[in-house]
Amino acid sequence: MSAHTKFAPTSKTAQWFESRLPILGVAHEFLTFPTPRNLNYFWTFGGILAVMLVMQIVTGIILAMHYVPDTKLAFESVQAIRRDVNFGWLLQSMHANGATMFFIAVYVHMFRGLYFGSYKQPREVLWILGVIILLLMMATAFMGYVLPYGQMSGWGATVITNFFTAIPVVGADALVWLRGGYTIDQATLNRFFSLHFLMPFMIFGVVFLHIWALHVVGNNNPTGISVKTNKDTVPFHPYMTIKDSVSLVAFAIFFAMFIFYMPDFFGDADNYVEFNSLKTPAHIKPEWYFLPFYAILRAIPFTLFGLPATLYGLIAMFGSIAILAFLPWLDTSKIRSTSYRPAYKLFFGLFVIACLILGYCGSQPTDKAVLQIGGNVVLDMTGLAQIFTAYYFAHFLVVLPLLGLFEKPLKLPASIADSVLIKGGHGMPYGAAAEPQTKG
Amino acid sequence: MATLTEKEPTRRDFLYIATGAVGAVGVASFAWPLISQMSPDKSVLAAGAPAEFDISKIAPGQVIVIKWRGAPYFIRYRTEKEIAAGKENDSKIVLDKHLGTDAARVKEFDKKAQAQWIVVAANCTHLGCVPTSNAGEYNGWYCPCHGSQYDNSGRVMRGPAPYNLGVPQYEFVSATKIRLFGEATKA
Amino acid sequence: MTTRIAALASAAILALFLAGVANAESGHETPKPPAQKWSFSGPFGMFDRAQLQRGFQVYREVCSSCHSMNIPFRNLSEPGGTEFTEAQVKALAAEYKVQDGPNDDGNMFERPAQPSDKIPYNFANPQQAAAANNGAMPPPMRLLAKARTYERGFPLWLIDVFTQYQEQGPDYIYALLNGYEEPPKDMVIDAGQNYNKYMPGHKIAMAKPLNDGQVTYTDGSPQTVEQYSRDIVAFLSWTADPSLEERKKLGFRVLIFLGVFLGLLLYVKKKLWSEIDYEKPIKAH
Repeated sequence: MSAHTKFAPTSKTAQWFESRLPILGVAHEFLTFPTPRNLNYFWTFGGILAVMLVMQIVTGIILAMHYVPDTKLAFESVQAIRRDVNFGWLLQSMHANGATMFFIAVYVHMFRGLYFGSYKQPREVLWILGVIILLLMMATAFMGYVLPYGQMSGWGATVITNFFTAIPVVGADALVWLRGGYTIDQATLNRFFSLHFLMPFMIFGVVFLHIWALHVVGNNNPTGISVKTNKDTVPFHPYMTIKDSVSLVAFAIFFAMFIFYMPDFFGDADNYVEFNSLKTPAHIKPEWYFLPFYAILRAIPFTLFGLPATLYGLIAMFGSIAILAFLPWLDTSKIRSTSYRPAYKLFFGLFVIACLILGYCGSQPTDKAVLQIGGNVVLDMTGLAQIFTAYYFAHFLVVLPLLGLFEKPLKLPASIADSVLIKGGHGMPYGAAAEPQTKG
Repeated sequence: MATLTEKEPTRRDFLYIATGAVGAVGVASFAWPLISQMSPDKSVLAAGAPAEFDISKIAPGQVIVIKWRGAPYFIRYRTEKEIAAGKENDSKIVLDKHLGTDAARVKEFDKKAQAQWIVVAANCTHLGCVPTSNAGEYNGWYCPCHGSQYDNSGRVMRGPAPYNLGVPQYEFVSATKIRLFGEATKA
Repeated sequence: MTTRIAALASAAILALFLAGVANAESGHETPKPPAQKWSFSGPFGMFDRAQLQRGFQVYREVCSSCHSMNIPFRNLSEPGGTEFTEAQVKALAAEYKVQDGPNDDGNMFERPAQPSDKIPYNFANPQQAAAANNGAMPPPMRLLAKARTYERGFPLWLIDVFTQYQEQGPDYIYALLNGYEEPPKDMVIDAGQNYNKYMPGHKIAMAKPLNDGQVTYTDGSPQTVEQYSRDIVAFLSWTADPSLEERKKLGFRVLIFLGVFLGLLLYVKKKLWSEIDYEKPIKAH
């Protein structure tokens, strides 16, 4: 029912303006953008993320008005924001918990893409832009976490920047260059503040490209089959805008519960102690959203060709993210949606479990026992992490390339409209997808 | 004009390439200050000047932490028993053989090995945490971050740390004073 | 079928995992501090003014000799906390001397503290504080209730989201203050160290700080270690999180607003989507 209509302004003023800057046409394109009618609520996380990005930028700019990037004052200035600035406690909490919410939303968004095959032809570029956004987000979050200059800020930064020493030949120099000194100190804090301010705008730029690419290739949908006729779609406004709004407010409620009632749930107690470069906290661990990658980093035990294990860990960690960019070509299946891939559904579940367990491993000391038989440690955290790191990579390098060749998919519906109308078929992987109750 | 192009393509191409090359040199030269400013500034470098530390107040068996160049270093005053224990470990070193013997990790003063004094970087070679002194299986250092174990001369006995604790460049100014200088050796 | 296999597989992995974790934790470790009842816990929990005031008294008479409290006097009369009157705080501040200056002659001078001044601390710097306390610096107390915790472990931390349990810090400090016991026979406690049941590693530099009858309460509350520690922990919880009351009150209003808004949006959404006629091409605006 929705098709692209050419924008033709009726008023003289609008015509005059449009011929000089066609911005009204762009807005029109956005509002009438044909969207598959069967999108479920997992598709609303893109909108949530856009709003979260703006919110992080707004609260971040406000915090920068009060924050002092000085090693002697940074910790105290954050306390001053929380104690003395009007609504400072709220803005600081929104920004800190906002980072967590941002990652929750982005991981849902990504797993939705993984499940429904949103990375497959013709959305490869759209997907790769998403991977770039993820990398930028991680860098931004890491630098932002250093700014309050608590124990976990300083020691997290020490541990992470130390990985650069694993780079052959230039490692030690690169480390000093990156820190601007021999340890995490004033120079490091100041440059992280500067970059933490800059990077959200870089994210903003890539998000712009991400949305542009989306408007070229159009939305994927829960069936994974392409839009064929106008019957398959609805215009973005008002149908998707209202649906996105519902989801956004529901997400805001979830967010508000943490801001107002459990502001420290995702935080670390050690970050309420000012950074002291002579005293290591008992157990250094990154924020939860880095834990699976941190587990992969620590899982590589071997030295090879005279290069340290840390280097291989570093390669594995970056590899675990970089491999996502090659996903469109690693997955050989022509079927997009996992709903029609019974065998892959199993592996997808296993992949989700692997990510969760890796996250758990990342939060625990490496030598902690996982399985003991008769007093002997059969499996420790490193071992557990190794098993699931192996699966993580096998999923992309073995399962996805081979499964597409052998798997027998279920029968696809003839069209998106069919999948919605024929109840009880395989067209409805999620109840929410069956939303439109057609009268005609 | 058009005829000129056809007649002398090489000269024109050369001009293009030369202009492009000059532009590239300009961009690279301009980028250098932008990159170089990230390196430690003059005050940070100055703070890294050689420094002397008095070790006369350290008791046998005690380990103290000093700060130099913003980084911590351990100074350990070993007892005879600890020196013996350190030498015994010589046969058990597998992870890092560089400065792997106990004797290689001490300096001389007045042509006599100062085996009682161990000076090492106080950052775990795994990820830079400050290990706990007189702890762990070997009663040397134990890293609370990821469980690396060092013996009392700072050699790594159990990973994840890959290297022995670095021995900084230092010398004895007198029997009770040491001087740290130069780049701390990593391994 | 496949989903069932997946569910079974994941359940098996999880069970193995839990068993392993439970197994690993059955060693000789520090006991977890028992959860206490706090007036400020839960979504509607607020501070008990009288308790905060008593807690401040304990801080002032006992803890302040070693631990810093880096807050200005004015906080003591601000809403949501101890809520002393401004006159009381002014009088209290005047009992302390702070350094000011330089004056016109270029000299520093001492003057009585004002409500805007921070509560003075006995030691000029952490090194001095450490030197006066057997080499162990007494940690600053302002954020202590948030800076201390104990590991909840899986799956407790997940359940905490629903029970809103977040008093790990207060429970730990309370347990610690009440955890001074005779050490087990096989444990050697060095000079300058004390045995504490709840301290990780059981060795703590701080000697038992509170004793029955040490602080004289004027409101008839029991003068026991148990009550003192309860009061000081409540006070520390406030100094660590002075916006707790404002936060919870505003949160309640925000959630009601968002709830109503969500209801309206859901209704509008339902209405809009029920009126779609897919057969008829609609020109969007």
